[in-house]
Amino acid sequence: MKPLVSMLLGLLIVLSGNAIASSVETYQFSKSEYEVRFQDLNKILRCPKCQNQNLADSNSMISQDLRREVFRLMEEGRSDDQIIEFMVMRYGDFVLYKPKFDGVTYFLWLGPIGFGALGLLILGTVVFRQRNKRNAVITADESSGEHLSSDEQAKLDRILKRDSD
Amino acid sequence: MKRFILFLPLILFLVLGAFLYKGLFLNPKAMPSALEGKPVPEFKLLTVTKGDRIVTKADLLGDYYLMNVWATWCPSCKAEHPYLLDIARSGVPIYGINYKDERAEATKWLTTYQDPYKFSAFDVNGELGLNLGVYGAPETFLVDHKGIIRLRYAGVINANSWGSKFVPLINDIKSEIAELAGDSES
Repeated sequence: MKPLVSMLLGLLIVLSGNAIASSVETYQFSKSEYEVRFQDLNKILRCPKCQNQNLADSNSMISQDLRREVFRLMEEGRSDDQIIEFMVMRYGDFVLYKPKFDGVTYFLWLGPIGFGALGLLILGTVVFRQRNKRNAVITADESSGEHLSSDEQAKLDRILKRDSD
Repeated sequence: MKRFILFLPLILFLVLGAFLYKGLFLNPKAMPSALEGKPVPEFKLLTVTKGDRIVTKADLLGDYYLMNVWATWCPSCKAEHPYLLDIARSGVPIYGINYKDERAEATKWLTTYQDPYKFSAFDVNGELGLNLGVYGAPETFLVDHKGIIRLRYAGVINANSWGSKFVPLINDIKSEIAELAGDSES
């Protein structure tokens, strides 16, 4: 029984491996550096049909087309920037996983830094104020003569002495 | 000043709340169209029904017209098909882009369900689709008298979307054309 199960499992693994391999197209690059650039571009370009997958991740029809297009443009000798420009011309900024730095997105880019600075400012103010307040209280204590009078001191000494006996 | 600081968290909360509330009603699939305001890209394709007829951008005629991306593998295209027939009957020229489809299937579709299109370009590799920024079907483009894409609509056209998205723009285009005619007369 056991060998049969492991054989079936092995068969399953082999078959599923084939299924995965057959769904990803292969490209022959004329230069080996193209392959690296191809992989990098597919990671930063977003599949327009899917909400949150890049071209490398997605197997939708449009991603296959766009991968083919990236390959074609690369073999034509276009630069990465030109290929990205080509995609943005057709599919808009949506295809970029890393948004451009322009009028619409500056809040997106600078927002976190701004909020961080604001937080530090508030924290600094609060700490500074508290410290000032505490210093003020201490000086007030010292100057307001809230020290024990000689009678009180003598009384205190007596009590302490009695306790220690 | 002190009062103001006390209210600061509440104000921040309200601002954040307003943004998040708005976010509830945004459609994450709505993609800003890159081609609105740009001319129709050049193409050279055969038609679905006549395998030897070559069509290009110059064959797209009309003061304004629709380009409808469709395919037989697309169930929503079937849903919008009757409405496209209505639009075509009302006199709006519709040009079809048969997107990544099989010719035999597409021809069968056009004979079975009737043909609302002036012609359907047979875009089997999706090259025109790619240049139009198409990522699925159905998608419809409204093109004006200057050959500029005025609207790109991804989704099913029905009475609702036609009335709210297309009709106002078509009226705009009509008045622009009327203005042009007025200028040339005077």
